Amino acid sequence: MKTILNNPRVLVVICAILTLTSCSKKEDITPEFQETNLAPLSVEFDNIVGDRTLTFNNTANPYINAAGEPFTISKLQYFISNIKVTTAQGKSYTVNPDSSYFLIKGDDKATRFAKVKVPEGDYTSLTFILGVDSLRSTMPVDKRTGVLDPAAGHDDSGMYWGWNSGYIFFKFEGNSNVISDNSAGDPTGKKQFKYHIGFFGGYSAPTLNNIKVITVDLRTGGIAKVRKDRQSNIHLFVDVMKVFNGKNSFKIAEKPNVMFDEFTSRIAANFMELFKHDHTEN
Amino acid sequence: MTGKHWTVLLFLGLFILACKKDNPVKEKVENWLGFIKPANFPEPEYNFANNPVTREGFALGKALFNEPRLSRNNTVTCASCHIQSSAFTQHGHDVSHGIDDRLGTRNSPPIMNLAWNKAFMWGGGVFDLDLQPIAPITNHEEMDEKLENVLTKLRAMRKYTGLFKSAFGSEEITTARFMKALSQFMLMCVSSNSKYDKVMRKEGGQTFTDDEMAGYLLFRDKCASCHREPLFTDGSFRNNGLAVSPIDDKGLYTTTLQASDKYKFKVPSLRNLQYTAPYMHDGRFLTLNAVFDHYHQQVQATPNLDPLLQQNGGLGISLSMETRRQLMAFLNTLNDTEFINNPLLAEE
Repeated sequence: MKTILNNPRVLVVICAILTLTSCSKKEDITPEFQETNLAPLSVEFDNIVGDRTLTFNNTANPYINAAGEPFTISKLQYFISNIKVTTAQGKSYTVNPDSSYFLIKGDDKATRFAKVKVPEGDYTSLTFILGVDSLRSTMPVDKRTGVLDPAAGHDDSGMYWGWNSGYIFFKFEGNSNVISDNSAGDPTGKKQFKYHIGFFGGYSAPTLNNIKVITVDLRTGGIAKVRKDRQSNIHLFVDVMKVFNGKNSFKIAEKPNVMFDEFTSRIAANFMELFKHDHTEN
Repeated sequence: MTGKHWTVLLFLGLFILACKKDNPVKEKVENWLGFIKPANFPEPEYNFANNPVTREGFALGKALFNEPRLSRNNTVTCASCHIQSSAFTQHGHDVSHGIDDRLGTRNSPPIMNLAWNKAFMWGGGVFDLDLQPIAPITNHEEMDEKLENVLTKLRAMRKYTGLFKSAFGSEEITTARFMKALSQFMLMCVSSNSKYDKVMRKEGGQTFTDDEMAGYLLFRDKCASCHREPLFTDGSFRNNGLAVSPIDDKGLYTTTLQASDKYKFKVPSLRNLQYTAPYMHDGRFLTLNAVFDHYHQQVQATPNLDPLLQQNGGLGISLSMETRRQLMAFLNTLNDTEFINNPLLAEE
């Protein structure tokens, strides 16, 4: 059957038109930066482990860190807060703190997005805090709602320290056969590791400050074009292998439990390497 | 019935209504005074603007303070370790005795004059009274419960939905309301009617005896820089030279991880010592004489020993037998029988 489409010239014209229309969508004009002209933006925290996806308790195929230690993961939770975006022109917008606290839970895919509203615009840089800032960490109990409610969290998934008032920023637990059964390891014999990293700098008595400000350059992976009629999504990979393999690399066998310990600051320094911008869906 | 009769009845009715309305108001004025700053006390630290103490909030707080459902197996209340007759401590226990007969590592501190506290717990870590009860509720050795479970248990009880409604306007039970109600009860635990207070306020012509006066002057010379009047604590954390305990409790360091905080503990008040033995963060001294012995000749040069305890080339504070006798006379004027017998604070 002969149709008009069999004509090569017509095909070229149709392709050209299609290309032009798709281009015209992408080449939309950057809206003027107005703090009140808010549109949706999401940041996706996609947890990975080195070159592999995150799976819990995968004893048949454990992960292996740089020190050669095999391990599995049973819990991964962390706070993301104080989201800020910046344009190429240096205009920045900080999300209202009352709606800028997110608890990302590795075992609950629904929690992987931090959804915020920012002015329409093209953003080349994303900044956020891994943890809970010191101001919010010292606020009255009425302000501690939602994910910051000290009562939130079943069983062992709570993120608030009652006896040393503050939040756990990053909770990472799992198992490894390299852990000893004595008091230096896990005396219960479950070969469990626990990394609970908190400390916001102290209320009035100074303590460690493990709050980490993370800035991600979006220019290589794709800038975020925030518009009212669509959902821009900044897709980040969060590589928890870097907890062990970052600049302050360590062995699970030597430090299987780190909570109230100066070593937390060495682990927290590795957090800077956790986040990698993969791409942006506009 | 004539129109006249109706008028009389109407007035009678109005009169009855007026009386009915008047009574609760009158009762409130007579029985509920709220939080009152004692005349000889400084301004409180607690932010009352964010949590005004009301009669209903206080009543809820008192019910919660005496509520065993705050513990995992519904056996331990706040009042278990904070007994009014012992000035809200657990008299006779060196360390607190909690759920399943488990023992803590520290001596139960008094619930007393907390409105003036800047920091809570012997080793710090909590700086807001509204967040303090989470520590004992969730502590393995004390109540061993999850805050979320406590709220779930309370929500299922008509008693509490009613109490929360009268205190906060609706039946909703939230973390903030729960904590604020507990604070309201604890804030009302004010000890300010000891003989010392009455002497200072020149009430009823009370004066110190010669021994008490001599003891007061000795106190001001030897003790007052840490145990500052009128609260008898300056609220700071200091190392008073106790020998390091077998469990090596490092005090403030456990919450700050700063080497300069090792072995520092919160300076306790000297009020109501008669009811609060044993003494120190781990209750190691059973009598005040043992405390005197410590300051006189047992102070040890552990890291961060307070400079006030290492003056003139020696350690500690010289306390002769006569000094101790006079100091005891003064310290006894800090015991407040009205506080430990106050029916407002008693479990109903």
